[in-house]
Amino acid sequence: MKKLTSRIDKERLLLGIAAPLLAIVAALVVTTLVILATGKNPGDAFSDMVTYGFASDSQVYILNKATTYYLAGVAVAIGFRMNLFNIGVDGQYRLAAFVAAVLGGALTVPGWIAIPLIVICAMATGALWAAIAGVLKVTRGVSEVISTIMLNSIATAIIAYLLQPGKLGQLDQAGTLVSTKPLPSSSYFFSIDTGPAGVLWGFFVIAVVVGVGYWFVLGRTRFGFDLRTVGQSDTAAAASGVGVKKMVATSMIISGAVAGLIGMPTLLNDSHQFSNDFPAGIGFTGIAIALLGRNSPIGIALGALLWGFLERTTNHLEFQGYDKEILGVIQGVIVLCVVIAYEVVRRYGLKRQQQRVGAELAAQAAAPTKKQEVA
Amino acid sequence: MKILYGMQQPDEGTIKVNGEPVTFSNPGDAIARGIGMVHQHFMLADNLTVLENVVLGAEKLYGIGGKARTKIKEISDAYGLGVRPDVLVEALGVADRQRVEILKVLYRGARTLILDEPTAVLVPQEVDALFDNLRELKAEGLTVIFISHKLGEVLSVADEITVIRRGTTVGTAEPRSTTSKQLAEMMVGSELPTPETEESTVTDVPMLTVDKLHLSQTDLDGVERIILDEISFTIHKGEVLGIAGVEGNGQSELVEAIMGMRNPDAGVVTLDGDDISHTPTRRRREAGVGYIPEDRHRHGLLLEAPLWENRILGHVTERPNSRGGLLDIKAARTDTERIVRDYDVRTPGIEVTAASLSGGNQQKLIVGREMSHNPKLLIAAHPTRGVDVGAQAAIWDYIREARREGMAVLLISADLDELIGLSDTLRVMYRGRLVADADPATITPEELGSAMTGAASGHLEHTEDDER
Repeated sequence: MKKLTSRIDKERLLLGIAAPLLAIVAALVVTTLVILATGKNPGDAFSDMVTYGFASDSQVYILNKATTYYLAGVAVAIGFRMNLFNIGVDGQYRLAAFVAAVLGGALTVPGWIAIPLIVICAMATGALWAAIAGVLKVTRGVSEVISTIMLNSIATAIIAYLLQPGKLGQLDQAGTLVSTKPLPSSSYFFSIDTGPAGVLWGFFVIAVVVGVGYWFVLGRTRFGFDLRTVGQSDTAAAASGVGVKKMVATSMIISGAVAGLIGMPTLLNDSHQFSNDFPAGIGFTGIAIALLGRNSPIGIALGALLWGFLERTTNHLEFQGYDKEILGVIQGVIVLCVVIAYEVVRRYGLKRQQQRVGAELAAQAAAPTKKQEVA
Repeated sequence: MKILYGMQQPDEGTIKVNGEPVTFSNPGDAIARGIGMVHQHFMLADNLTVLENVVLGAEKLYGIGGKARTKIKEISDAYGLGVRPDVLVEALGVADRQRVEILKVLYRGARTLILDEPTAVLVPQEVDALFDNLRELKAEGLTVIFISHKLGEVLSVADEITVIRRGTTVGTAEPRSTTSKQLAEMMVGSELPTPETEESTVTDVPMLTVDKLHLSQTDLDGVERIILDEISFTIHKGEVLGIAGVEGNGQSELVEAIMGMRNPDAGVVTLDGDDISHTPTRRRREAGVGYIPEDRHRHGLLLEAPLWENRILGHVTERPNSRGGLLDIKAARTDTERIVRDYDVRTPGIEVTAASLSGGNQQKLIVGREMSHNPKLLIAAHPTRGVDVGAQAAIWDYIREARREGMAVLLISADLDELIGLSDTLRVMYRGRLVADADPATITPEELGSAMTGAASGHLEHTEDDER
């Protein structure tokens, strides 16, 4: 009995690793073909990616990027765990970063008050923006996919309207960039200077905290259990006493709050202001990373690192004469492969387990009773 | 069965139709070989007519017009099915729908019919009518595979019986020379118990009182439909109240109203002296309501979660599953192992997903889970539906034990023998109302059946000449 249980577990672990591995191998194959098709040598490209990607300055760059991506992945994953597709992470974080940047620029208090205020303001803005979609869903049955896509556009419009000279924005000296009032240097988040390799963003620590919190709340608390229950079966959740509507709204708000953090590493560690070249589209990257990481806190971390690695290395490939579109191809292929591989592996695993359980029970039953004939 | 109909592929072994070995990779292949299946849950579109339902997906055979209508008439008359092609399916009763399903299969040229638990939703009179139809089919040279948990029915309708237990054939039997007891023993592999309770344990302390419960729903056309009307009853400690009725007469909604999953428009539900008419489901569960849902896959389990998580489901706020706001995973797992042991859940471990257990073992896990929190009231909706005879007997035992320990049990079932055998009091539900009551000690399934179709109401008295 014990033996079989452990075997199933080992197998589950193996299957768990099989899916992402399968996806990455498939992506490598497709990328190889694409590079070959452009008439270049894929072997050189890959070796360049590896040597360049593991250089120490690249490592810092990748970690910084991954911090942002990780937060985005977690924000999306919270929705996924609930069967909610929060496409609005993108609008939520941009609006949150903008509002937080405006607040940060206006604050003249010491950093230990200002930084938490900025972060909380960002989370609240993200949560509020997501809450609109959440409330619409539970009260009027509006699909969160539709409403969050629209809210993304609205967020873009609001930011564009407010980020103008004379409103909340100001023109820089060159006269090309409109940005909010820069944060005073007291409000900069701490960072670690690694010398020639570059500066490691301190917000990295917050991302780790968010990851641990995500794991703990989902896996170890009653609230997390309720949330996962709704995600797996809302009918069973309702019968078990979870207020499904309340849960949908709550998780949407939490997802939005985490989304609010996405812009913080850039704002507090890097740009220190919100300008019209503030990174956009990270919400969508978050979707890909959440899928890749299978909504698990560790998986998302690996996904975020992989994304950072790919961006860093393919940028470099461009200088080596390869087409920069390779990045998009690799990323797209990985996401596609991951989605397919997970589903295939999941079904296979479920079927296999059923067969094993059946076989085990049949073996148990066959021992004491023999076939009998009544006629 | 799924393999025979091409919905799943076998690992090994062969299927022969008319002596020819065949492989089915999808239901289409099976249909092409003349195998048709009538599912336990009907696959009909309510808002289409019978004709439209029959031709749906088989338009190529006889078109969708007059030719198809003629063909349907022809089949209907040949086998005495009495199907009217132009009636909307939603206007049909369960028995008529089933005949439409059979006709659908025949229309596609089936020579072998698989019927999966066809009698589960029928009252005894309708079962007899179905059997007449089946004999008609047989006389015309068709083959019928009749799958059922109900031994009496199998014995009366079959020419040859194969008993399958835990995925293997345990034997074949000849109905004429076999008693249902022998057959049942083959199925369980041991002596079979009957659903009979011992001496009464009914007390006069009311545990659950439902008073004038009313629930109505406005459908898409804006028409208000009354689902529950003036429902009143009391269950005392140690009493099993059985509710008989053809499915879809408001039983599910009644259960959901008592569980707090639906908000009644009027009426009062009192549990052990506390008004719980509008308290949330979780508080009701914490107050001591155990729930064995009629559809365990939808309401009772997380199919893709391991057994120990399923043990937490519904009782996440209670010990041993959690302490404060935190889950106590270790305690929950230990307790799952206890349930697996005590309630004889056949599983290789508590890490396997609920989906990989058989229906009977899933149900035993649910029963074990609900009983582990010492409920005051146990709601058992079709507790033995789709479970094997062994698990059925065990579940009956647990319900009897619950009653002995002074719980109030609300039993809803379509299995009249189960209802009569386990209940202390019987009520019949018809179109959202409790129309009749009966004494389980004297009533027969046939008499109950007539009240279930609305033919009788009030207090049902057993009459001697009604006995066969």
